[in-house]
Order: sequence, then structure tokens, then C-alpha cells
Amino acid sequence: MSATEALINPEPAKLVVDGVSKSFTTRRGKLQALDNVSLTVSEGEFVCLVGPSGCGKSTLLNLIAGLDVPDSGTLSSDGQLISGTGRERMVMFQEHALFPWLDVLGNVLFGLKLKPNLTDKDRVEVAKYYLHLVGLSNFAKANIHELSGGMKQRVALARALAPNPRVLLMDEPFASLDAMTREQLYEDIQKIWAARKKTIVFVTHNVREAVCLGDRVVLFSPNPGRIREEFPVTLPRPRDINSIQLASLASEITRALKSHLPTA
Amino acid sequence: MKRAVVAILFFVGLVGIWQAMVSSGHYSPVLLPPPGDVWHYLVEAAKSGELAKATAVTTKRLLIGYFAGCLLGLPLGLLTARSKYLNDTVGVLALGLQTLPSVCWVPLALLWFGQTEAAMQFVVIMGTLWSVLIAVENGVKNLPPLYVRAARTMGSKGTHTLTHVILPASLPYVISGMKQGWAFAWRSLMAAEIFVTILTGVGLGHILHYGRELNAMDQVLGIMLVLVVIGLLADKLLFSPWESFIHRRWGTARN
Ligand SMILES: Nc1ncnc2c1ncn2[C@@H]1O[C@H](COP(=O)(O)OP(=O)(O)OP(=O)(O)O)[C@@H](O)[C@H]1O
Ligand SMILES: [Mg+2]
Repeated sequence: MSATEALINPEPAKLVVDGVSKSFTTRRGKLQALDNVSLTVSEGEFVCLVGPSGCGKSTLLNLIAGLDVPDSGTLSSDGQLISGTGRERMVMFQEHALFPWLDVLGNVLFGLKLKPNLTDKDRVEVAKYYLHLVGLSNFAKANIHELSGGMKQRVALARALAPNPRVLLMDEPFASLDAMTREQLYEDIQKIWAARKKTIVFVTHNVREAVCLGDRVVLFSPNPGRIREEFPVTLPRPRDINSIQLASLASEITRALKSHLPTA
Repeated sequence: MKRAVVAILFFVGLVGIWQAMVSSGHYSPVLLPPPGDVWHYLVEAAKSGELAKATAVTTKRLLIGYFAGCLLGLPLGLLTARSKYLNDTVGVLALGLQTLPSVCWVPLALLWFGQTEAAMQFVVIMGTLWSVLIAVENGVKNLPPLYVRAARTMGSKGTHTLTHVILPASLPYVISGMKQGWAFAWRSLMAAEIFVTILTGVGLGHILHYGRELNAMDQVLGIMLVLVVIGLLADKLLFSPWESFIHRRWGTARN
């Protein structure tokens, strides 16, 4: 395989989550993180999962990633049962999870080095392509601690994109960033999504963020974690997070979200 | 440049104070020989080849024992951190033996191996092994699980995760454990060389010991100086490159 071939975009995958339950045994007893959750994400769709803290969004993402196994139910990617992690499903974690012992380029190369049939020269070329895509060409040799929070998330994005996955799983990737940086990243992520069509599952607390990015917003409620409602978003792209239509849809969803909260 | 000047001035000043104390005549020259005498001794010992030979004997014992200790301690530390059973057995053993001052191994080593190189290397290994083992174990146990999970999503598993994620991620712990192991090994070797005559080679510790027997203070001070230089060199050659790598990558402040 050459670098050019490694950059050819694969078909995005279709994800099917079917009747998945997952519980954790804690010191305070059994905790039902997910209860009979079913969700279908079609090829190339951008789905946002929204819900209050503890409703099992990260748990679901980890299951799709293949990092954990469900108690019952099945998950599949393009009809293939998910039984472990796989390079076609890459994850961007809430904390950037970059490796401090490697420089920026080394981090982006990590997954590529595990990809067979590529020469090291091609791997570097591919890594540099993605660093350029996230606007960090000049920081290939920088150490992780020298980057700002937003830059770290960009590197994490480049690292997740580099093995050319068909699915991108993003767990509140921008939660710890300031509003300005986030808005810049919304634009970037939409551009990248347009350029490199992926199926994306994006977890967030921020309803506006979900409406800005998603084709569909899925509402979760906690105790036990369940899907309550879904909202298609048909606003034209690229979307501006400050637009009025976006804001009014977001407030509608926020109202729905509040109505699902357990009343004390 | 300025820092070098300050450092040179400092050490020249120290020698100056030493010389001044000797010149004042308050101290017996037998107990406090002038710096010139110590220098003279070192030059003579270097010329006769005695110094080089003893340095070679001592550093060989130290290096062989130290690297053997690290080579054992690294994988054992990784294993004890990853396995409950090894943790309850080897881990506890290591914790106990690490508290034992390593010079306490000398009598046992002499009885087992006689007055030989093997006895000296055994003492050095015992000084190194347990500190390195415990440091590696600590490093691995304190590893954020997120690193391993992130690596798994990119297709890393088994030995690759071990060598490319777990080991480099615990590098700060590993290096400080290796440094501590070095200090223990070096101290116990010197203690052994000073108190026991080893038939297979005369090390720096022996010469130091003879210096006392002969009341040759210039020899005692000269050898002490050599020991200090070896210690500094080891630090610069063995650990400094790693430490500056860690400081650069992790962004921790230089101590
Ligand atoms: N490894 C675990 N062990 C025990 N309990 C867990 C574990 N992982 C998650 N949980 C519990 O499962 C529930 C769902 O957790 P999850 O992390 O999926 O929530 P979340 O929706 O991602 O929340 P947040 O928005 O705060 O990230 C929580 O109550 C959490 O305490
Ligand atoms: Mg979460």
C-alpha cells in the first residue's frame, strides 16, 4: 500500500446497537448504566448523544469501540459483530489521552505504525497529511505539554483520523475548552467531516453543540440509562452555532431534556 | 558560560580554603595534608597504574552487577504489577528485602561465594534488583488506564502494549528507581570493599582501607576524590540523558 492508497477514504460503516444492556457492580450495589438500548447509525451519519451526567453515554461509546462487552444485546458494524477494538472504529476520548512520551508526530504515527503494508516513509507522509488537516503542520516536533488544550484535541483528532477509520467515536472532546476555541473546532470538524466522510457518534452535554454538528440528536435519560427521544436536524450546513434557527431548535431539545429528568 | 565561571570559582575557592587551613598551622599535616600532597599522590598512583587498575576492578564489579540487577528487576517489576499472585509473593518479598540495607548481604555473599568477584557482584545485584523491581511495579500500577485503552483502539495489544505503552509511560518511575538502585549498589560495594579483602582483585575500597592502615591521609583523601568523580560521571552518563528526556517530554520542571 502506498501513502496515496492509505489516504483513500473507505466507505463509512453502518452501526447497529440492538437491545444492549450494561451494568456495573459497585460497592453500593448494582448500577444499570444502560438498559435495553437500541440505536442505528447509518453510513456517514453524524449522530450526537445528549443527556445528563451518568446516563451511560460513555458506556455506550466504549461498547461500540469494543473496549467493553455488553451484558446482553449485540453491537455490529456493517453487519459484523463487534467483539473487540478495531482500527475501523477510532475513539477520541474526553481527556485527550495523548502519549506524553511521544512528540506530536509520534502520537499521530502510533496507530499508523500498527497498520501493516505501509512503509515508514508513507506512514510519516500520511501523519503529516492529517496534521496539516487539523492545522498543526508546524507542530510535528512539539511535545504534548507544550500545546494548548485546543491544540491537544486537534492532535487527538489527527491521531484518530490517521488510521483512516470508517467510524469516529468522540466522547465530549471539546468539553474542557473555552467557547472561542470550541467554535473554531466546530467549523473544523464540519469541514473535516465533509472532506473525509465518516460515521460519527459524538457525545456531548451541550445541546447547542449537538444541534450544530449532528444530523440527529439522541436524548438519553439516567437511572437506568435509556434513549428517550430523537430529533433529526435538517438545518443546512455548514452551520453557525450562533444562528437563530439553531438556537430555537436547541431550546426545544433542552426543554425535552428537562422533561425527562427525574423530578425530585 | 556564566554558570561555568561560578562553578569553577566555587571549587577553586574550596581548595583555597583547604590550603588556608593547612597553612594556618592549627591542624596536624598528618590529619590534613595540603591539596598539593593529595594531587601528588593521585599523579603517582596514576603513573604506577595502580589507580587505573583499581578503578577498573571496582567499576567492572559495579557495572556487571548493576546491569544484571536491572535486567532482572525490569521484567520482574512488570510481571508483579500485572499478576495478583506474583504481587502477593515476589512483590511482598521485594518490598521486604528492599528495606534491608544492602550491605547486610555482604556476610552471606562471603559465606556463599568466598572472597571472589561473584560475592561482590551478588552484593551489587541485591542492592539494585529490589529498588528497580519496586519502582517499575509502582510505575505500572500508577499508570492511567486511559493510555492502555487508547492504545487498544489503535490496534495495540500484548507485548506491543507492554513495550510501547506501559514501559514508556512508567519511564519517570523506572528511571528514578534505577537511580536509587545505583546509589544502593554503589554504597554497598564500597562498604564490602573496605571491610573485606577480596582475593580476586584490589578495588578502590581496598586502597582506601590501606590508606587508613598506613595513616596515609593523602591516599585516603585522593581515593575519596576519585569515588566522588566516579559518582558524578555515572550520574552524567547513565541518568542525565534520560532525565532530561523526561523533563523535556513530560514538561516537568528541572529540579
Ligand atoms: N467502570 C465502571 N465501574 C463502575 N461504574 C461505572 C463504570 N463506568 C461507568 N460507571 C457508572 O455507569 C453510569 C454511566 O456512566 P457513563 O460514564 O457512561 O455516564 P456518562 O453519560 O458518560 O456521564 P458523563 O456525561 O458525566 O460523562 C454512571 O453512573 C457511572 O458511575
Ligand atoms: Mg462520559
